[in-house]
Formats: sequence, structure tokens, C-alpha cells
Amino acid sequence: MFGGKVAVRDLTLTVPRGEIFGFLGPNGAGKSTSIKMLLGLAKPTSGEAFVLGAPSGEVEIRRKIGFLPENFRFYEWLTPAELLHLHGQLCGVDSRELAKRVPALIDLVGLTPHIDKRLQNFSKGMLQRAGLAQALIHEPEIIFLDEPTSGLDPLGRRTVRDIIRAQRDRGATVFLNSHLLSEIEITCDQVVFIREGEVVTSRDMRKQNEEASRVEVRARKLSTQCVSGLARWTDSVKVDEERLTLTAQSREALPEILRYLVEAGAEVYQFTPQRLSLEELFISVMGEDRGF
Amino acid sequence: MGVWIMAGITFREAARKKILWTALLAGVAFLLVLGIGMSFQLGDLRRFAVAPFLRYQAISATLMIGLYTVDLLAVVMTTLTSVDTISGEITSGTIHAIATKPIARWQILIGKWLGFVAMAAVYVALMFWGTIAEGYWIGGVLAQHPLRGSILVFLECVVALSVTFMFGTWFSTLTSGVITLGLLGVAFLGGWLEQMSGFTEGSRLAMVGIISSLIMPSEAIWRRAAFEMESPLSGSLQFSPFADVSIPSGAMIGYACLYLLIALAIAVYHFGERDL
Repeated sequence: MFGGKVAVRDLTLTVPRGEIFGFLGPNGAGKSTSIKMLLGLAKPTSGEAFVLGAPSGEVEIRRKIGFLPENFRFYEWLTPAELLHLHGQLCGVDSRELAKRVPALIDLVGLTPHIDKRLQNFSKGMLQRAGLAQALIHEPEIIFLDEPTSGLDPLGRRTVRDIIRAQRDRGATVFLNSHLLSEIEITCDQVVFIREGEVVTSRDMRKQNEEASRVEVRARKLSTQCVSGLARWTDSVKVDEERLTLTAQSREALPEILRYLVEAGAEVYQFTPQRLSLEELFISVMGEDRGF
Repeated sequence: MGVWIMAGITFREAARKKILWTALLAGVAFLLVLGIGMSFQLGDLRRFAVAPFLRYQAISATLMIGLYTVDLLAVVMTTLTSVDTISGEITSGTIHAIATKPIARWQILIGKWLGFVAMAAVYVALMFWGTIAEGYWIGGVLAQHPLRGSILVFLECVVALSVTFMFGTWFSTLTSGVITLGLLGVAFLGGWLEQMSGFTEGSRLAMVGIISSLIMPSEAIWRRAAFEMESPLSGSLQFSPFADVSIPSGAMIGYACLYLLIALAIAVYHFGERDL
């Protein structure tokens, strides 16, 4: 419950270790509340959650958890190095290890030129970078990132993307909440869509490419007879001069379609399987904007 | 360990945000005014050839007024500097990055509390003993039991701090500040009404004062401190507004200690249970 409204209901999630997991949903879907419950910042009125096998909110398990809150803010009188030292100490990282990790992390998030500045002089994007660094200082096993690219320029977004992938390659699990679907699309291994506190559907982003059965064809000499012959594989064909778009019933049908087109006399110079973008998927799953 | 990290960062915050230094600068200004005033008063008393006995009592009364001002400044400074630390960090979300670290919520709260306790201790030590030193070096007077007095003034600050923390776990910064200062106001008024009851021997008036002290025992602690510090003669002759006409008992000091522990326990419990 949040402000008298049910924020999360019957939400059952299993996040595999070592993956980048995208958590999607419209505004007010219960994403932030879910993350807060997993981190022990909010208590569920009923039900339970486990993180790395331990009940959520357990103090000791937090040694293995990193968290970047949305719109990261911290004591503005600290420098980024002081910020990381403080968070490292809170996580029990010894000072010799911190002496190595702090400059390396500051460099990783691109804040070395600003190492002597206080956070009060940081832009929103710079604060996000500092926040990301504090989430990684203790080399956690699972990292919750709430809108990590918020306020970042394209170069910053790329840096964050690379860091997220590097964390996965290190063996960490990344739980990513973002409104930037294009970011999720190119970063996540799996995504789950939630609405009104419930899971609507999930997608394995690695398999999605394999499932792609929509094709864009560019060809000359596309006769009407040739196009109508495609009906045996699809009932969804659109022709716009030399551009033809179709959705086959299965991925296996694609080589047959290509062979048919060539044999029917079409001069095919482009045959591109199309992947349903996450945005299209999001809209198809969530429906039109209902003013959340 | 987490408690000391939080206490350290809270104390450093006060120093880095210049809260402590600004308060101490204002304190130096206060000591300057008091010292000059005391020196002029002494000059006047000597000029009019006031008897040494009366001169001593008059300067002692000025010293008590100075100490009372230190007491008020210390309590208000403790309240104002600490009022934002819990509620403000909850509102801004700053607390999220800390509360998700391997540190229990009670450690966060107690650590912050200890940081402010240390700050109040530094402030009271410098201001209180600065005033005592001025009384001795300029006015030639010494409070009866200054150590007891300073401990009681410090206790009063810790009571105000604990109450501020308790409300900070429930309400916004502004609301917590208004409630705590309101309670201090009730205690202030109640204390003086109880004092007045001593002159008029009115039991109903005394009852109002006692109830006020039970609601917020800050002023009662001061009156006990005043009793401890004032010379028996000065107190009994009622030379000053701090005369011992209605002295809070040792039980009231015990009640104040219990009061602060309960306020702190409620703060710890509520901060541990609430959603952040």
C-alpha cells in the first residue's frame, strides 16, 4: 500500500544471477515501490521478498547489494572521493582496499577532472555518476539501478552502459529500472513489464532476435501476382513501391519466402528481418497512454 | 562501527557546513557583550562605593543571567541544527543511499544523535566555561558548582535533541521544529509560573508549572542548574530571578533522563519501522 493505494500486488519475480534485468512499466506501475521493498526501505503489508536468498532488508545481506537511487543526492559538502570513502566504510571495505578502489572508480565513471570539487558544484549528470560509483564501491553481487542514465548526455549514457555490462561480466546481477526503453533494449538480457503492481509479461531479449519474423524487403519488379502469392506464408503484407513489409507466421518461413520472391522474378537487393522494438512491445503490452 | 561512522560524518557535517563555527562566532559576540557589560557594572558599583558584599551579589546575578542566556542559546542551537537531519534526509531521498548499506537503522539514528550530542558538548563547554571564566576574571565571582551546572545545561540540550529527533521521524522539518520549539516555550512559561508560585504560595500555579515540566522538563533542568550554581545566600535572599523559591528535585532530573531515553527510544523505533 502506498498513500492508501495498492502499489504492488501479486508481484512474483525471479531474477537469475549474472544477468541484466530490466524492470519496465508506466508511471505509477509500482516499480520504485518494488525496488524499495526489495531493499528494505519499505515494508510490504503482506507477502515476502528474498534477495540473494535472504529476506529483503536483512542488514548483513546488504554487504552484497549496491543501489543507485533515482535522482541521487548526498551530502553536498563532500568531494566524490570522500563520498566513496564514506560509503566504502559503511560497507566494511578496509581502508587499504579503499585507497585503491576510490580513484579507480572515480576514473571509471569519468569524474577524475572533478575530483576536488564538492558535490554541491556537480551537475545532475555528474551526481548520477558519483551515485553509480558509490553503488559499486563494495563490489556487490547485485546492483539495483533506478534510472541510472537520468540526466546523462549520450557519452555519459554510453559510459554507464559499458559499466553495467562490465558488472555483469564480473558476475554481478544488475536490476535496472529505466524509462529509456532504447537503453534497456541494448543493455538488458531479460525484461519484465509490470502494470498496477502486477507482472504483465516478460521477454528474454537474447531470444527476441531469434523470434523475429517481421521482414522488410527492398526489391524491384514486384508484380501483383508475386505479392499475392505471399499469402501462403503471411496475411500481413504491405507494399510501398519497391519496399515490402511482411510478418511471417514463423521464422523458419523466411528462407522459403526469399527463394519464392527470387523465383517469381523479383530483383531482391535487401531482405532484413525486423526486430519488434521494445517501445512497440511496451505499447502493445501496456496499451495506449492512460494518463498514469 | 556504523554508529561511529555516522556520528563522525554528522559532526563533520556541522563543522563543514559552518554551523558549529557560526554558532561559536555568535557565542564569542555574546561573551564579548557580557564581558564588557560586567566590566561596566563593576566600575559603576565601585564608583558608587557599594559594599563589597552587595557588589558580589550584583555581579553574581549578572553571571547567572549570562549563564541563563548560554542555556537558552545552547538549547535553541541544538534544536535548530538537528531539526533537518532526519526529516530533511527522508524528504530529499539522501537517506536511501545510507539506509541500503549494511548498517541497521537504529545505528544511523543513534550515530547522528551522538554526532549532535558531541556538537552540543563542544558548544556548552566553550560557552558555559567562557562565561564562568569571565565572571571570575572580570567580575571576581565564581558560581557555586559550575561543573554540576554545566552538566545540567548539557543534559537540557540532549533532552531537546532527543525530542527533535523523535518528531523528525514523523514530521517534516518545519513541523518538527515548530513542535519542539513550542514545547520548549511551554516549559519556559511553566517554569516561570512555578517560580512565581513560590512568591505567592499558590498551589494551583505551582501545579501548572509542574505539569509543564512533565510535558517538557527542559526549564526544570535549568532551574535545578541555577540552584546548584547560585550562592545559598543569593538564592535565599531572592536577589535574582533564579532564586531558589521553587527548586526542582533530584527526582525531576531523574525524570528528565528517563524522558530523553523514552523520546530517543520512540525515535529509534519509529525510524526503524517507517517506510523511507
